[in-house]
Amino acid sequence: MNPLRERYGQEIDDILAKYPQEQKRSAVMPLLYVAQREYGYVTREHLGQIGEILAIAPTEVASIVGFYTLYHDTPGGKYRLQICNDLPCALRGADKFLEGVCDHLGVKPGETSEDGVVTVEAVMCLAACDKAPMFQVQSAEGISYHENQTVQSTIALVDGWRKKEETK
Amino acid sequence: MNDILLRHREIKDIGQLAVYRQHEGFEGFKRAVTGMQPDELTEMVKASGLRGRGGAGFSTGMKWSFIDKNAWPHYVVVNADESEPGTFKDREIMESNPFQFLEGVALCAYAVGAHTAYIYLRGEFWQLAAHLDASIAEMEKEGLLGDNLFGSDYSLRIYTHLGAGAYICGEETALLESLEGKLGQPRLRPPFPPSFGLYGKPTIVNNVETLANVPLIVQKGVDWFRGFGTEKSPGTKVFSLSGNVVKPGNYELPLGTTFRELIYTHGGGITDGRKIKAIMPAGASSSLIVADDKALDTPMDYESVPSVGAMLGSASIIVVDETVSMDWLINKTMHFFQHESCGKCTPCREGTYWMRHLTERIHHNQATWDDVILLQDVASNVKGKCLCALGDFSTEAVISSITRFRGDFEAKVGAPLSAPAEAELKEQVSN
Amino acid sequence: MAVADTTQQTLVTLTIDEQQISVAPGTLVVDAAKRAGIDIPVFCYHPKMEPVGMCRMCLVEVGRPVLDRATGQPVMGEDGQPQLQFGPKLETGCTVPVSEGMVVRGYTEKVKEARDEVLEFLLTSHPLDCPICDKGGECPLQNLTMKFGPGQTRYIYDEKIRLDKHVPLGDLIFLDRERCIQCARCTRFQTEIADDPVIGFNERGRKLEIVTFSDPGFDSYWSGNTTDICPVGALTTADFRFGARPWELKSVASICTHCPVNCNTTLNTRREAKSGGKAVVKRIMPRQNEMVNEIWLCDKGRFVYQYTEEANRIGQPLLSKNNQLAPASWDEALAAVADKVKKSGGKLTTVVSGRLSNEDYFNIKAFTEAAKGQIALYSHMAGGDLVSQVGLGQGSNLADLGKGDAILVVASDLEEEASMWWLRVKQAAERGAKLIVANPRRTKLEREATHVVRYSYGEEAAAVHALIDSISPKRPEQTEAVKRLMTQDEIKAAAKDIAEAQNLVVFYGSEGTDLAASESLASAAANLLIATGHVGKPNNGLVAVWDKSNVQGAWELGLRPSGDLASLMKDAEVLYLVGVDPSGDDPQLAAAVDAAKFVVVQELAETKTTQAADVVLPAQAFTEREGTLTSGERRVQRYYPAVPAVGETRADYTIAAQLGALIGATLEAVSAGRVFAQLVETNEAYKGLTMQRLAEVTEQWPIIGRADVYYGGTTYDNKSGLGVQVSSAADRGETPVLSFAQPLERERGDGLLAVPVTKLYDHGNMISKTVLLHNRLQKPQVTLNPEDAERLGLEDGKATKVSVNGVQAAVTAYVDNSLPRGTVLIPRSLGLPISGPYTLKVEA
Ligand SMILES: Cc1cc2nc3c(=O)[nH]c(=O)nc-3n(C[C@H](O)[C@H](O)[C@H](O)COP(=O)(O)O)c2cc1C
Ligand code: SF4
Ligand code: FES
Repeated sequence: MNPLRERYGQEIDDILAKYPQEQKRSAVMPLLYVAQREYGYVTREHLGQIGEILAIAPTEVASIVGFYTLYHDTPGGKYRLQICNDLPCALRGADKFLEGVCDHLGVKPGETSEDGVVTVEAVMCLAACDKAPMFQVQSAEGISYHENQTVQSTIALVDGWRKKEETK
Repeated sequence: MNDILLRHREIKDIGQLAVYRQHEGFEGFKRAVTGMQPDELTEMVKASGLRGRGGAGFSTGMKWSFIDKNAWPHYVVVNADESEPGTFKDREIMESNPFQFLEGVALCAYAVGAHTAYIYLRGEFWQLAAHLDASIAEMEKEGLLGDNLFGSDYSLRIYTHLGAGAYICGEETALLESLEGKLGQPRLRPPFPPSFGLYGKPTIVNNVETLANVPLIVQKGVDWFRGFGTEKSPGTKVFSLSGNVVKPGNYELPLGTTFRELIYTHGGGITDGRKIKAIMPAGASSSLIVADDKALDTPMDYESVPSVGAMLGSASIIVVDETVSMDWLINKTMHFFQHESCGKCTPCREGTYWMRHLTERIHHNQATWDDVILLQDVASNVKGKCLCALGDFSTEAVISSITRFRGDFEAKVGAPLSAPAEAELKEQVSN
Repeated sequence: MAVADTTQQTLVTLTIDEQQISVAPGTLVVDAAKRAGIDIPVFCYHPKMEPVGMCRMCLVEVGRPVLDRATGQPVMGEDGQPQLQFGPKLETGCTVPVSEGMVVRGYTEKVKEARDEVLEFLLTSHPLDCPICDKGGECPLQNLTMKFGPGQTRYIYDEKIRLDKHVPLGDLIFLDRERCIQCARCTRFQTEIADDPVIGFNERGRKLEIVTFSDPGFDSYWSGNTTDICPVGALTTADFRFGARPWELKSVASICTHCPVNCNTTLNTRREAKSGGKAVVKRIMPRQNEMVNEIWLCDKGRFVYQYTEEANRIGQPLLSKNNQLAPASWDEALAAVADKVKKSGGKLTTVVSGRLSNEDYFNIKAFTEAAKGQIALYSHMAGGDLVSQVGLGQGSNLADLGKGDAILVVASDLEEEASMWWLRVKQAAERGAKLIVANPRRTKLEREATHVVRYSYGEEAAAVHALIDSISPKRPEQTEAVKRLMTQDEIKAAAKDIAEAQNLVVFYGSEGTDLAASESLASAAANLLIATGHVGKPNNGLVAVWDKSNVQGAWELGLRPSGDLASLMKDAEVLYLVGVDPSGDDPQLAAAVDAAKFVVVQELAETKTTQAADVVLPAQAFTEREGTLTSGERRVQRYYPAVPAVGETRADYTIAAQLGALIGATLEAVSAGRVFAQLVETNEAYKGLTMQRLAEVTEQWPIIGRADVYYGGTTYDNKSGLGVQVSSAADRGETPVLSFAQPLERERGDGLLAVPVTKLYDHGNMISKTVLLHNRLQKPQVTLNPEDAERLGLEDGKATKVSVNGVQAAVTAYVDNSLPRGTVLIPRSLGLPISGPYTLKVEA
């Protein structure tokens, strides 16, 4: 049996129901989100399992993971802090904000904190340019937006995650 | 303020189905399904003069009328990818006025004979998708979606579909590829989506804001709609204002409102009272307009903006003040485009990468005029040679800033531009 | 597909570079130019694949006549010529179809600059390692850069991306990531043509790179073709990398001898110090024959030739002295054989393999007849006589089949048995031909099938009879099985399509059949064609998916397999075995060989059977000699000597002639051409053929040639012959007769029925010498239905032991849910002897 299918049978069926029967391939992106929820990244096994559900080759699934930035093929921090420092946000101080957050956490953009809780990434425009500095958080729970941030408010958020992870 | 699209700013709870219905919500849809021929609806939208709000400004009714009636089924796909830097209007509409948007989707579907509509949202809109899913479920519960709507034989289902971080998926054919579960790379055109779209079937792709206009056109009529905006650009537009302004945000104003009114009256002027230097009216894909009086007094509509050397596009107005140097700015835009080039065609894939190297060098004081001229040349080699518009977009800020803000580069390079070099520059631009 | 047909009546006339040409509507500008001999450079475009317009190399100026809105007529300019409107942008010639009055300009400054620019862009990321690149000398990028490219680089070398250079995508194909220009030809080939998307792009933008996640890597029977069409040295084959430079190679036309398709190949050879200065085969390349293999080759055909190399061969006659084989001279060896033959009193049994040349068959048969012996073809399939009668009509080309036509494939896993036919049949289905796949289990061809017909093993002939009877219920009686099958909806629907088809081709294979069942199936298939009037004309007829490359040729010359080979062999005074290894194949046959009095084995290499021989006569490989083969489509084609013969080896037809001389028969020994001249005299179908005619070529589309590697790839142009498709009896006007024999149906015994199937990569004597393919060779295996597997405690992919006909073997068990219950698939030549259905015991 297919482990993904076994674990998320109903959810997968609901996803497949959105698309015409002969166009199951459309479900590859939603299924990748399902798979990614398991470990925060897509494993090689997932590629085969999703491929099997959709009757496409694992390589085709891998191509999708590679093309889109919200899928990851390697583990990162439990929380991915994705700070927008694209032009509009940068005009409102996002570069400095990014630097400040990185300094506080002792990482460079793209790196994961030593405790594995947070990965800081600089990302392209997130459609929140009027509320810079801002970032989104990608984790097992999905994606959430955090707008009009300061370095302090951000660090407080990260501290909250750390506490949560410790008590786990 | 005339809030048509951002009605939630006036009617606080319009995001609730009951409240939306109290304001005649879904009456238009019901009237259409029970009493109008699909083509009548298309004609009405055509007559309203509504133009696509996704960037190209193409007549919406005209697009609907192109749907190929010899091939079935038909699909409606909503472009909710909203990834142009500086654009954040669709998000607000969907978050706060979801039912007006969804009614627009439903009307479009009815007009073109589609029984399925997909809303393709950028992957980052994860929470928004869940919110829309809930709204869609409510509609289904109230018989506004599903089979045999209002006792007719018309049925409709709307689904959300999340992208996963790729600006190119805003380009409509790349979006369709992505929705089919493939790499988000643009298709050759022609054929265009109304004849060959999703799964190879006739498909209408419209922007969120475009469709959000439709319910009120149906409800209040073509004349009412034409009462806003200009002859060729009727209606209101949500302008996303960002950058060095005091009050960034979305402003719904009639098309034809001047830059000055948006930036100074509504946006509160430039941060810290500094001087305005440049305007990018269509996000990062935009040329840089020199923000002189002429430019500031230019009406923001599809016809007028080209007169100051840019396009209205998605109307994401990025304001740049005097403290900003253009070498920094184009390095930012090139970073974006290099990151977002899908890689399918050579000039864009290689050109954005190369331009990024050059803007880096210039920005880090490692360049001479030769590099700037080379940058201009590479940009003009990309322009007009690519498979889709992303390649062109990547060159706009580069080319316009080098020609219009030469001083910034002279300062950066530390030398004035020689006469022969100037001639060379000119020649490239005219190419 | 972007191939245009100039024979259509309504042509479109346009002007390209001042030259006026007329082509079929729908033709793309680049193809129209090509036909007119005008070069528009391309990278991503390939005439066998859908255009994608990615690389932008083919940019041209395109002008179209301005049409009057009211009349639709062209508006005339002052000069009396139609007014032209040129777009503001250049257009990609590979994506624009021609239109009436179009003017294309590929020579203007604007176009030249654009080509320059695209090349400059490509070179910014491309390494400058041409001197060490395997593609050097046949590289489109290199050639086009010389022709159009900018003379100098403006790109800072240090800013180039450095990427991995020797990435094995699998055992067969290596990738140089730096060299890839992201044209997607390889990935599109695997998706569009091979229907095997096992390579793909990872990442995006400048980071795009080719990856594979198949296991084993780049796992496709077609992988080698990607190296032909890759326009740079990004993809290279493991056998040729760093092997030689293209310009040092000699090219000799040959024919692939692995299966009955008989793909056209080119053997590239070079003299090598390590071979004592002798020429050796460096690689096998496809050679264009649009009627056979187009421009492709399967990996078996491309990579399996190591068995011909000297190290693997017997170079000298061997004679048994004191029960030990020892080197001998030819005179000694031949005399020893002739002596025994003369004394045998006609008790000579000759057994020949299905992959000898026509000339070999002719001489060996003549020799055997002179000795009054009997001759048998070593094959488990029958029906070649029927193929001679109602085989594919002269002038057939599978590429012509499409809408309105039908193809039936029965009892064959075409991709495994004759890969190229799988490809060609799949393409016919994609063009709209109705495809009916009849097999008890799922095969890859089913993906394209219009109808899938399922029957039980043993009922293959009955299934075809059910089709016949559904179309014309003429026969008085039907067996139970036929009656039952006729109730199947798929059979009814398939029968309807067959009856309505304009053209019908039937392929029958040997999945699950032994000789008797094969005969019954062939007869049923022939009857279906006859009953529906699909014989004696082009693109109609019967094709046997033979187990070896020239079985049809053997049948044409009157050779037949034997229903009881073991008895035939064990009673022989002299057993003359040519190119066969019964001792290695089957213990029962091994015993028969041992029982024979005197065993002569003519072979390339040592086998179990040569070990049991009294005399071993070393034969030449196909690379060392000349000959002709007759394909399953009954196309007679020539191959040529490419390398010097190993040791003292001789051609099979020569050896037979020399043996003949010793017993008083006069046979041609010197050249295959002379044997062929005799052969055509005695054979109706071959009448009038000459070696010269087989060597004739006519122009083919797409035009590909060595100079334009950018267009078609490195596939070789065909200069040495397209061969001749010979006539069937039906073609010659002989009326084929319907036979009303009932289909052979087998009773099922108790226990599991073991069914033979064929795998492309089995453990046959040729392929097992190819080290490169060792990881790809199938494991000894059995395949079962999930329920049977569970009942027997077997799991998918787990090891088990089985015994078949008294032979025990360790195998891997696989589960296939499309397989009927009570059946076990056993691939031929994979450790378990199997020639027909058997009852099987499984000891898990
Ligand atoms: C690179 C690129 C990005 C685009 N991004 C978006 C986008 O994020 N949202 C959008 O609505 N249209 C976008 N478009 C425009 C669409 O291709 C298309 O024109 C639009 O969805 C049509 O809808 P409309 O007629 O309602 O404007 C983009 C186009 C290009 C070339
Ligand atoms: S490996 Fe070759 S064929 Fe494949 S994309 Fe790269 S350049 Fe093209
Ligand atoms: S774009 Fe035409 S050949 Fe590549």
